[in-house]
Amino acid sequence: MSNFKYKLSKEMSEKFADINIELSETVHGVACTVPLESWLEVSKTLRDDDAFQFEQCLDVCGVDYLTYGEAEWQTDDVSSTGFSRGVKSNGPGRFSWSERREESIPNRFAVVAQLLSLKYNRRLTIKCFAPDEGMLMVPSLVEIWPGVNWFEREAFDLYGIIFKGHPDLRRILTDYGFIGHPFRKDFPLIGNVEVIYDEDKGRVVYQPVSIEPRVLVPKTIRRDSRYVESMNEQENS
Amino acid sequence: MSEIKNYTMNFGPQHPAAHGVLRLILELDGEVVEHADPHVGLLHRGTEKLAESKPFNQSIGYMDRLDYVSMMCNEHAYVRAIEQLLGIEAPIRAQYIRTMFDEITRVRNHLMWIGTHGLDLGAMALFLYAFREREHCMDMYEAVSGARMHATYYRPGGVYRDLPDHMPQYAESKWTKGKNLAYANEWRNGSLLDFIEAFADDFPNKIGEYRTLLQDNRIWKQRTVGIGVVSPEEAKAWGFTGPMLRGSGVAWDLRKKQTYAAYDKVDFDIPVGVNGDCYDRYLVRMEEMVQSTRIIKQCVQWLKNNPGPVMVDEYKVAPPDREMMKEDMESMIHHFKLFTEGYTVPAGEVYAAVEAPKGEFGVFMISDDSNKPFRMKIRAPGFAHLSAMNDMVKGHMLADVVAVIGTMDIVFGEIDR
Repeated sequence: MSNFKYKLSKEMSEKFADINIELSETVHGVACTVPLESWLEVSKTLRDDDAFQFEQCLDVCGVDYLTYGEAEWQTDDVSSTGFSRGVKSNGPGRFSWSERREESIPNRFAVVAQLLSLKYNRRLTIKCFAPDEGMLMVPSLVEIWPGVNWFEREAFDLYGIIFKGHPDLRRILTDYGFIGHPFRKDFPLIGNVEVIYDEDKGRVVYQPVSIEPRVLVPKTIRRDSRYVESMNEQENS
Repeated sequence: MSEIKNYTMNFGPQHPAAHGVLRLILELDGEVVEHADPHVGLLHRGTEKLAESKPFNQSIGYMDRLDYVSMMCNEHAYVRAIEQLLGIEAPIRAQYIRTMFDEITRVRNHLMWIGTHGLDLGAMALFLYAFREREHCMDMYEAVSGARMHATYYRPGGVYRDLPDHMPQYAESKWTKGKNLAYANEWRNGSLLDFIEAFADDFPNKIGEYRTLLQDNRIWKQRTVGIGVVSPEEAKAWGFTGPMLRGSGVAWDLRKKQTYAAYDKVDFDIPVGVNGDCYDRYLVRMEEMVQSTRIIKQCVQWLKNNPGPVMVDEYKVAPPDREMMKEDMESMIHHFKLFTEGYTVPAGEVYAAVEAPKGEFGVFMISDDSNKPFRMKIRAPGFAHLSAMNDMVKGHMLADVVAVIGTMDIVFGEIDR
C-alpha cells in the first residue's frame, strides 16, 4: 500500500510542479491541497491523464474549520476544585441562534473531494479552500464528474459554499424555505425554528425553538503521549 | 378544449413504492417521463452534526439508523475510520466476526430489496417468503447484540462481545406448541454459530425458490429487461458503486480490491452483469446472496475452531471487563474515563470505506486531537445512485419509474442522513 502512495505522490509532484500543491500521505491514500485557481485544471488532469485516471469522484463535502482545535476542558494544569477546569466556550451545542458568534478565520471553509481510480486501484483526497473574502465561491466539478451534482448541492445547502458553473444549485437536504447553513460551526445544534401544529390556525406553523442548548460531555483535547511517541518514531525512522 | 402537452405529477412522499419518503416531481408527456426531479431530505436528521457534538463511541448507534436495513456495514465503516486514525487493529477473531456479520447484513439487505422490489412490480408472494428468511437474520442480530435491528455491535478495536454459546429458544405459548414449537426450535439447540450454519446450509435452497418465482417469469422480465440501462461509462461518471456498478459490467468490489476485515482469507466470487439493466442488477444481487452464504459458512468454520479475544487489549480505547473494574483501581479509572470523556483520537484526516450491500459506504473523518470528531462526512451509496434518477428514467414509462426506484435499492436513512 505505502508503495502506491509514494508513487502517486511522486507522479503528482512531478506533474503539477508549477502549481503550488501540498501533498501528504494518509492512511487510505494520498491527500492533496490544491489552490483555488487550479482546482478545475488539476481535477481535469487527474481524470484524463493516463498516469492518474481517477474515473470516479465518490464524494464532495464541505468543511468548516471554525473552532478547530478549541477545547472546552483544561487539560494542562491540575486543579484541586473539580469543575474549575471547564473553559468558557462556544463549541457545538453550547449556544442558541441569538448567541451565535459571527467571526471569521482565515481558510475557514474547504471543499474536499474523494477520488478513486478503478484502473490503478488508488484513492486520492483533494481539498481546496474557499476564498476568505467576498463570495464563498469554488468552481464546480460537475463538468468533470457529473455524479458530484448532488454532493455539491449538499455542500451548498449545509455550508453555503457556492459552486460556480453548477447547473442546478438548489438546497437539497434542508426544509423548503430553510434559513441558514446548518453544518456551519456557528449554527446552533438545536437549530433555530421548530415545527408545531397550531390548533387555532388549523395548520402547521414555525416558531422559535423552545429547547435549551446543552452539552453532556465537554470537548477535550489530549495530546496523548503514546501517539506523540509513535509519531516521533515515524518521523525519525 | 385546448390540448395539454406536458404535465407535472407529484409522486410521493407518501407512496408505497417511494421506499420511504422520496418525493418525485415528474414531468410527463402522456405516460412518458420527460424529466424527474427527486426531492430528498425529508428524513434529514443531521447525523453528521450530531456526531460532531458527541464522543466517538456514542455515535455508533447513529450509524445503524443511516441505512436501516444494513446496519452493521455502516458501523463497520465508522469504526474502521476511528481505528485507522488511532492506528489500532481489531483481533483476528473480531475481524472474522465482522466479516460474517457483514455478510449476514448483505443477505438481510438483499432480502429486503428483493421483497420490496418484487412487491413494487407485482410479485406479492415473494415479499412474504423473503421476510420469512429475513427473520432468521434478525434473530442472529438479536442473539449477538440484544437488538433485532439497531445493533451497535461493532466497536473501535473489535466487537462488543463474543458470540453467545446458546441460541435463545422459543418458549411454549398458546400459538407455538407441540410440533410447531419443535419446528421453531429446530436450529436453536446449539450455539449461535450452529444456528447460522443451519441457516447458511438451508438458504441456497430458498434462493432457488425465489428464482423459481422470478427468473423466467414473463411479467418479471417484461418489467425489468431493458429498463434503466446504464452503460459502464455512465455508471463510473455518475459515481455508482456496488451492484449498480457491477450490474453494468464493471468488476469492482472493495472486498476484493481494497480488502478489509477477513475478506482476503475467505473464498468467494464477484458476480458481474452484462447489459446494465434492472434484470442484470437483479441477477447480480441474487448471486451475491449465494456468495454471501459461502463466506458465512467459511467464517462459521473458522470461528468454531479458533477461540480468542474479540477486543483489543488497550484500555485507552476499549473498556476493561466488568469484574476487573470491581477489584482493580486502574481498571476502574479507565472505565470511568472511557464512559465519561471517551478517548481522544490523534489529529488527522481519513476516508474509510466498506463494500456495503448498496455500494461503497464511506466515512470521511477529520479529528483535531479531541474526544469528538471535528468533521464527519458520510458517503452514502444511495445518494449518488438517486442523483442519477433523472438520467435513468428519462424516456421511460411512468410504471418504469417504480422499477428503477426498486433497482436502486434506496433507503432514505442513508440518503438524507
